[in-house]
Amino acid sequence: MAEIVIKNVAKSFGAFQALHALDMAIADQEFMVLLGASGCGKTTLLRIIAGLETPTQGEVWIGGRRVDHLPPRQRGISMVFQNYAVFPHLTVFENIAFGLRMQKMGQPEVERRVRRTAELMHIEQLLERYSGQLSGGQRQRVAVARALAMEPDVILMDEPLSNLDALLRLEMRAELKGVLAESKTTTIYVTHDQVEAMSLADRISVMNGGKIVQNDSPVEIYRNPAARFVGSFIGNPPMNFIPAKRTDNGRWAVAGLELDGPRTERELIEFAIRPEDVFPGEEGFVADVRVVEPLGAHTLVTCDVAGKPFRAVLESDRRVSPGETLKLMPAASRIRWFDLDTQTAIPA
Amino acid sequence: MSSAPVAANIEDRPRPVGDAGRAGQFVFVAAIILLCAWILVPLYLLFVNTLSSPAEVTGFPKSGLPSFSMGSVQFFLSFSGVGQALWNSLLVAVLTMVFSILLGAPAGYALSRFEFPGKEIFRLLVVMTRAFPLPLLALPLAVMFIRTGLDDTALGLALVHTVLALPFAVLITFSLFAGIPVELEEAAWTLGCNRLQAFIKVILPLVLPGIVASAVFAFTISWNEVFAASVLTIENRTLTAFLVQNLNVSPLHLKFAGGTALVLPALIFIFAVRKYLFAMWGIANR
Repeated sequence: MAEIVIKNVAKSFGAFQALHALDMAIADQEFMVLLGASGCGKTTLLRIIAGLETPTQGEVWIGGRRVDHLPPRQRGISMVFQNYAVFPHLTVFENIAFGLRMQKMGQPEVERRVRRTAELMHIEQLLERYSGQLSGGQRQRVAVARALAMEPDVILMDEPLSNLDALLRLEMRAELKGVLAESKTTTIYVTHDQVEAMSLADRISVMNGGKIVQNDSPVEIYRNPAARFVGSFIGNPPMNFIPAKRTDNGRWAVAGLELDGPRTERELIEFAIRPEDVFPGEEGFVADVRVVEPLGAHTLVTCDVAGKPFRAVLESDRRVSPGETLKLMPAASRIRWFDLDTQTAIPA
Repeated sequence: MSSAPVAANIEDRPRPVGDAGRAGQFVFVAAIILLCAWILVPLYLLFVNTLSSPAEVTGFPKSGLPSFSMGSVQFFLSFSGVGQALWNSLLVAVLTMVFSILLGAPAGYALSRFEFPGKEIFRLLVVMTRAFPLPLLALPLAVMFIRTGLDDTALGLALVHTVLALPFAVLITFSLFAGIPVELEEAAWTLGCNRLQAFIKVILPLVLPGIVASAVFAFTISWNEVFAASVLTIENRTLTAFLVQNLNVSPLHLKFAGGTALVLPALIFIFAVRKYLFAMWGIANR
C-alpha cells in the first residue's frame, strides 16, 4: 500500500517561486501524470517526492509515513531519469542488480529478479553488454528494468520517453502502460507531451506556473477543462476561443450567432469549442478558409472567424479549398464558457 | 596620373580551390614540424650525448649518432649522493602526489556539484596561487620551516610542491567530476546508496583513470621543481637540487647524464597520461 499525500508543499529557488503551496493525493496503484510546459514545476515536484530536492515548506507522505526529512533511499521509491542514467561502468545485469545488491540480497535472488525484469522489458539478450553498446531505446528499457527490479512501492518517471524517436516512443508507451499496470506500483509520471499523458494516466494533474490547474481523469480534462489554460494546452489542435457578449439573460452573441449560455451578470465572457465539435452546414459561424491540411483520417482547416484564427477538424471526404467560405455550427453540448477575469470555467 | 583599373593587371582567372588548400596545408605541416623540432632536437642531443663516451662528447666533429657507450651513465649512477637524491626526489614526489589528490579531488568535487557563495572567487584564487612568484616566498618560507623544524625534510618540501600542484589537481578533477552527469549519482541514491556509497560505487570507478592522471601530473610537477628544492633542503637534496648544485662543476658528459635522468621519468609519465591532460585543456583526442 503506497498512497502518496502532498500537503502544502512549496519550493523556491532564491527569489523564484517554483511551486506554490501544493496539495495532492495519489491513491495506491494509481497512475498519475504531471503534465505541463517546461518550467511549470512538474519536475521539481517529482524530485521533491523522490527526495532529490528539499521543499521550502510542506509535508510529503508515502504509504502513511512522513518522508520529507528522509533521504531518497529510505522512501521506498525508484526513479527513471530522462537521460536514463544507466551506469556506464557496469553491465546491464549489474545495473539492474545494483539496487538489489545494495539491499544485500543473496545471489540466487538477485539472479532471479534480474532475469525476470529483463524478460519483462525484453532485454534478456543484452545482460552482458555495457551502456555504451546500447541504443537509446535499449538504455531506456534498462533504466525501467532497474527501477522495477527493486519492486518499489512507488515508481517516479521524469520524461522517460522524451529522448526517444517518435515511433519508438509510441511502442514504449504502450509497453510501459502494460508493465506498470502489472507491477501494481503507484506511478508518478512527468511529461510535457499531452498525448502521452492522455494515453497513460488514470489521472492527470495539469500544472502551470508552479500551481496545479486541474486534477482529473484524462477524459474529464479534455472534455471539461477547468481553466482556459487547460483548454488551450490540451488537445491537438487546442480549443478555439471567441469572445461572447451578453444580449439577454442566458443569451450570448458569439461571432454573429446567438447562443444559449450561462446565466451570469457579466457582460463579456469567452466561448470555447474543440475543433472536432463544429460541423459545416447551412447555419453557423461565417468562416473564411485560409489553410487546409489533409491529415488522412480527417482534415484540419484553419479559418478566420470574426477576424481571429479558428480551427476545425472536418471529415476527410469533404472537399474544402482555401478562399472558400464555410458555415460552422458548434455542437451545443460541447460548448464551454470561460470567465475572462479569473480564466476559469463558468458552469453552463 | 591615370586611375586605370588596377584589376586589369591582375590575372583574374579562376583557380582551383585546391591551390589555396595546398598552400594552407604547407604552412600547417611546416608549423607542426617546427614545433616538434623545438621539443625533439634538444631531447635528441641530450640522449645522444648521454649515450656517447666522454671523449665523443667533448670531441669535434660530432657524428650525431649515439655510440651506446654506457660510461657516462655508469659514472653518473655511481656518483656519490645520486642514489640518495633520487630516493629523496621519489619520496617528495609521491608525498606531493598523495597530498594534492587528497586535497584537490574533494575541492574539485565540491566545485562541480555544489553552488556556494564565493565559488568563482575560489576558482580564481586557486589559479592565482600559481601567479605568486616562488622566489618571493622562499625566504619567509625558509625561516618558517626552520622554526617549525620542517626545513630539510621531505615532508616540508612536499608541502610546498603540493601548493604548486594543487591548482592543477583541483582544475583537472573539477573537469572530471563535471563531466559525470549528476543523474548517475541521483540514480544511485534512489537505488539505496548514501552519498558516500554513491561516490565510491558510481563516481569513483568513472573518474579513477582521470584521478590517476592528475596524480601523475602532480608527481611530475614535484619531480621537475628545482627552486624550492634548492632553497629548502641542504642534506636531503632532491635530484634536481642535487644536480643544480653539483653539475655546474662537473664534466660535460656528466651534465648530460644528469639531464637525462631528470627528463626521462617526466617524459614517460606525461606520455602515459597525455589523454587526460588533453581532455583537461579541452582538446578532443579520440
